[in-house]
Amino acid sequence: MSATTAPSPATTELRPGAEVVLRALKEQGVEVIFGYPGGAVLPIYDALFQQNAIRHILVRHEQAAVHAAEGYARSTGKVGCVLVTSGPGATNAVTGLVDALMDSIPIVCLTGQVPTHLIGNDAFQEADTTGITRPATKHNYLVKRSEDLAATVHDAFYVARSGRPGPVVIDLPKDILIKPAPYSDAPTAPHRSYRPVTQPDMEQIKRAVALLKASKKPIIYAGGGVINAGPEASALLGEFVRMTGFPCTNTLMGLGAFPASDPLFVGMLGMHGTYEANLCMFHADVMLNMGARFDDRVTGRLDAFAPNSKKIHADIDPSSINKNVKVDVPILGDAAAILRAMIAAWKDDTTAPQKEALAGWWREIDAWRSIRCLAYKQEGKIIKPQHAVKRLFEITNETGRDTYISTEVGQHQMWAAQYIGFEKPNRWLTSGGLGTMGYGLPAAMGAQIAHPDALCIDVAGEASILMNIQEMSTLAQYRLPVKVFILNNEYMGMVRQWQELLHGGRYSESYSEALPDFVKLAEAFHARGMRAETADQLDDVIHAMLAHDGPVIADICVAKDENCFPMIPSGAPHNEMILGPNQEQNARAVTDEGKVLV
Amino acid sequence: MSDTHIRNATIAVLVENESGVLARVIGLFSGRGYNIDSLTVAPVDDTGRLSRITVVTSGTDMVIEQIKAQLDRLVPVHKVSDLSLEGPHLTRELALIKVSGQGDHRVEALRLADAFRARVVDATTESFIFEMTGNAEKIDAFCALMKPLGLAEVCRTGAVAMARGARGI
Repeated sequence: MSATTAPSPATTELRPGAEVVLRALKEQGVEVIFGYPGGAVLPIYDALFQQNAIRHILVRHEQAAVHAAEGYARSTGKVGCVLVTSGPGATNAVTGLVDALMDSIPIVCLTGQVPTHLIGNDAFQEADTTGITRPATKHNYLVKRSEDLAATVHDAFYVARSGRPGPVVIDLPKDILIKPAPYSDAPTAPHRSYRPVTQPDMEQIKRAVALLKASKKPIIYAGGGVINAGPEASALLGEFVRMTGFPCTNTLMGLGAFPASDPLFVGMLGMHGTYEANLCMFHADVMLNMGARFDDRVTGRLDAFAPNSKKIHADIDPSSINKNVKVDVPILGDAAAILRAMIAAWKDDTTAPQKEALAGWWREIDAWRSIRCLAYKQEGKIIKPQHAVKRLFEITNETGRDTYISTEVGQHQMWAAQYIGFEKPNRWLTSGGLGTMGYGLPAAMGAQIAHPDALCIDVAGEASILMNIQEMSTLAQYRLPVKVFILNNEYMGMVRQWQELLHGGRYSESYSEALPDFVKLAEAFHARGMRAETADQLDDVIHAMLAHDGPVIADICVAKDENCFPMIPSGAPHNEMILGPNQEQNARAVTDEGKVLV
Repeated sequence: MSDTHIRNATIAVLVENESGVLARVIGLFSGRGYNIDSLTVAPVDDTGRLSRITVVTSGTDMVIEQIKAQLDRLVPVHKVSDLSLEGPHLTRELALIKVSGQGDHRVEALRLADAFRARVVDATTESFIFEMTGNAEKIDAFCALMKPLGLAEVCRTGAVAMARGARGI
């Protein structure tokens, strides 16, 4: 690995290790670091104090530093950067690192470490950070020699952003940060061992196009990989979908890769996806998976997943291919490169598409659409959570402002995914793979730092928001006008929903007892608090929230017993969706085999 | 590809010889629930920068493909080669086998050792240590024969393996 390569030291002047680290970060384009100081990283904080190129955002908990960096990375396409101290600083960051690993978010996290001569001695605030974070990161490093410092930072950024992006940890012993070290520029030579394939095999592209041209019931299923490949990939996806006239569905992580308002969009798929998207998957004869990973939330019961389809899977990570679902045409590469090649191959292939069959396919899809699986009735005074999210979307749309939506995890997250339409990539920040409660507030914070003039909203639940509520203090310190929109049903709603459907309505520990007064809580954190208790107050509160030029907590008191539908119960195939409350008995018929699934 | 048939695979992995690389490989196997039947590792080039890991594992074709893909995407991994799939290959293992006994048992042990081309590397009036190389089956067979003759201790390296023919990994 290049990090252990001895650079040419004779040519470089020696500077304290901490300064060398910052110089390398600057060369890597870092403008912002989210962090929290402590003993082992004091040399870096001292170096930060004496420079102006890199801005430091002081969070209130290290987990939030990583989520904020994720929000920053996801909303900009850049690598997010984190700085935490040794021991508890590093262990607190672990949840964020695994979150970034699961959702393929590029992060470089610098962790302090006790000096090299104390490593292994159970020193104060010592933890085996590289050991603990090995399965939590894409890669990690412990720098033991000053001359490796700069090269390791450059290597870390290359690894974080190349191939399938992910989090990388650099563990920095305190003596290495103090001792003079040489600087070296980022290497121009290819990496010694890590060189992911980005250009697709043209033969596979041709096979894929031939399958798609012959398809009578095609579906394009696009995921977070398209977003990770940059805005150009999303534009190319749009071009390809419109060129083919095929229906397109997005995964939770892929929302925004294809515009929600496009008539060819059939909505999100998966456990809480739309009826039409899931039935398209079930009945398709050819499926094109662009940068998604056949996650269990998407596939449902594997042996009944899209049973009659030929499957084309385009992914940058070879280990994603044939992992859960066996595919007919694997295509390895970067989503933008693959889509560009597919568009060219589609034009070159003279076969005419199955026009008549496609028209019939769209008639089927329109019939599924006519069920209006996301319809709900807002009657009376009690605010339906779906209505709250829908009005939030409509009213923010009217403002015409560029909007970034983050979420916590649970029912509110699924409602946000269902009722907020995303027209562009990088506007949707959610914890998909790990499902981390407490993600949304710091992620919105990171997005707001990157886009100071944009509207950044955390759609939250009253339980999740308490998991990183301390970040309200960070919002106040940096005057970040993040809006926290709490769907308050006084329950851990998704837990309660599963308990209702699968555990006989025994609501074991899912009631949010002794909640704080969120309006007063907001005020205590120097923010504006507001509350909507009845349906007629909802719009006013949303308008007031958006109009306020500062952080807001809007406490939206919603129906307490609302369930999130449609739903594919655990262990069921796509064609056995529960559409609404009157079909809940279907969930009660879930087998024990289904119940063991999360 | 078969979904249910379990096969053995001998996989050679060329890695950067850096700290933690073995932990990464082993952690991958334990974290994802793959089997390790044996694993050997040592530096293999004169600069000491490259190590070769030979891992013997088992699983369905789909699982073994996953193992290879997961190994290949580790940052310090240069090359992953499935020797079981890529044509004929040699497998060797080194074993030290201690047999304690007296009288006829000693004579019989020596005679069998000769037949198996095991070398005596240590001897007392009551024991031998045999050194033996071969594939796993040969060592298994020898150990089974030594059992009634006073098998006291076995130490094995696990398999190292290489593809036959002129081409390097």
